[in-house]
Amino acid sequence: MVKINGEEQAVAGQTVAEYLEKAGYCRTRVAVERNGEIIPKAEYDHTVLNEGDAVEVVSFVGGG
Amino acid sequence: MNEDKLIIGGHEFHSRFILGSGKYSLKLIEAAVRDAGAEVITLAVRRANTKEQENILDYIPEGVTLLPNTSGARTAEEAVRIACLARELGCGNFVKIEIMRDSKYLLPDNQETIRATEMLAKKGFVVLPYMYPDLYAARDLVNAGAAAVMPLAAPIGSNKGLATRDFIQILVDEIDLPIIVDAGIGKPSQACEAMEMGAAAIMANTALATAGDLPLMAAAFRQAIEAGRKAYLSGLGRVLTRGGSASDPLTGFLRD
Repeated sequence: MVKINGEEQAVAGQTVAEYLEKAGYCRTRVAVERNGEIIPKAEYDHTVLNEGDAVEVVSFVGGG
Repeated sequence: MNEDKLIIGGHEFHSRFILGSGKYSLKLIEAAVRDAGAEVITLAVRRANTKEQENILDYIPEGVTLLPNTSGARTAEEAVRIACLARELGCGNFVKIEIMRDSKYLLPDNQETIRATEMLAKKGFVVLPYMYPDLYAARDLVNAGAAAVMPLAAPIGSNKGLATRDFIQILVDEIDLPIIVDAGIGKPSQACEAMEMGAAAIMANTALATAGDLPLMAAAFRQAIEAGRKAYLSGLGRVLTRGGSASDPLTGFLRD
């Protein structure tokens, strides 16, 4: 299992790019962090999610 | 008069109104930016939601500088983490540091903010720290590499106005960086007063988001900020402690 934004998901083995597309994220509008390290956009295609990873997918929202 | 510019971290702005984007419809952002005349808009970073296909970036007019905040951070390390994610979102290197350990008054933690400012300035960010207006903290922020200092007028979202007036004045007088009054400004007259005092800019969000007509209030703030700036540049007239001073000639009265 991979913990993504606090939820366990069975997506180990997928690349970041595959996961983002299947989950319905717009990859140009998000930033991805894995185990505390930011994954640069250029590496989404060949970065594979591993069992036990903790991933955050974030985007901009309105704020002050 | 020479062209009056606001310079933050080497970037030049003509507008002195930094607009917040929280707590109102994305559809109002374009009108708010236009009627505010704003060149800088703040944003927050949160976990992305796949169910929301609309992204705020699609609603912000081109050419507007994005100022992501680090809201949600309770420590300097968390603020750095959020700032780095914001930069990865690909919209420049400005960041407004917001670090709070208190959810009732939402007061900034100056100590952690100073630490975060130093860490982020070293990473090449243009750092605008939101802070409680304390002279020593402001000096530490300058030394830590801040590009501006953002003292609060009153608690975030309170619309209570310049509760910290005298302490903001001290920062204006003593700190050699733009002082941007942030948080608590509730109406245009308060923004105008802060500008008359010599503030470099005003940041407002809730005052607009909770107004009856948001774009109209944005326009009102713009005019108030411009008026206050002109008044400051012109030099305010003196105040008498006692008595009056005639505005009319004291000779040539129509009497014997």
